[in-house]
Amino acid sequence: MKLAFALLTGLIFGAGIAISGMMDPAKVLNFFDVAGTWDPSLAFVMGGALIVTFIGYRLAWRRKAPLFAERFQVPTSKVIDTNLIGGSALFGIGWGIAGFCPGAAIPALGTGRWEVALFLVAVVAGFVLRRLLTNSLARVAT
Amino acid sequence: METAFTPIPSLGGGLLIGLGAVLLMLGLGRILGATGLLSGLVFPETRQEFAWRTALIIGMILAPGILFAITGTLPELSVPVSPAMIAVGGVIVGLGASLGSGCTSGHGVCGLSRLSIRSLVAVPTFMVTAAITVFVIRHVFGA
Repeated sequence: MKLAFALLTGLIFGAGIAISGMMDPAKVLNFFDVAGTWDPSLAFVMGGALIVTFIGYRLAWRRKAPLFAERFQVPTSKVIDTNLIGGSALFGIGWGIAGFCPGAAIPALGTGRWEVALFLVAVVAGFVLRRLLTNSLARVAT
Repeated sequence: METAFTPIPSLGGGLLIGLGAVLLMLGLGRILGATGLLSGLVFPETRQEFAWRTALIIGMILAPGILFAITGTLPELSVPVSPAMIAVGGVIVGLGASLGSGCTSGHGVCGLSRLSIRSLVAVPTFMVTAAITVFVIRHVFGA
């Protein structure tokens, strides 16, 4: 049941990404191109998603526990550090170069376009690079 | 390259994205963040964690095909950048989202709606750097 529920959740999220225009890099890059061919559509994606999550999360949290798990696992950290700010700044730079972000690229893989696969392989390479950097910094520190 | 302004489908798609995030919280008690999902798939911690992430990702990948079966059209997807830019951008996205613990879905949708202070810092940061990057590429270098 839990896995079927997760699959259904993925279908709904993926359909939302597909319908919204988020999986189209041309549209995403135009959202950021205020000085050029600006397309403000993606503000509506964010607005729609935030309305539903803002209300829906609070309704879900009225329960003692989720339907198929023992407890809610929500990040609690409030630490604002260089990893958060530098990492987010880098993420935005990469997003502005490629036009894809991970949440849009995963459903976009279902269109069968090779560019999407290339992007996701590169993202995973970025994850690996981060691990290598963190490990080597830890080694220098000790 | 111009793209059409599509407020209605974008709002509708956004509502569905939000619904997916809420259902994952209601069902499994988890944040729907693509960076966490993907890195949990590549570096799995426990078999159970791996299983639900895999199911969720399979659902996401099947979505365009199911929409195609219903409507007969695939979603618009045009890539106005070179393969090298996709690859370089992808590595920077992976590195940055991993360091910053989230991306558009985790910080942008789930974090902002929880009023998480980390997400309230992360989202304006990546929106601004993305806009600056696009400006520099298109209007400074004229690519």
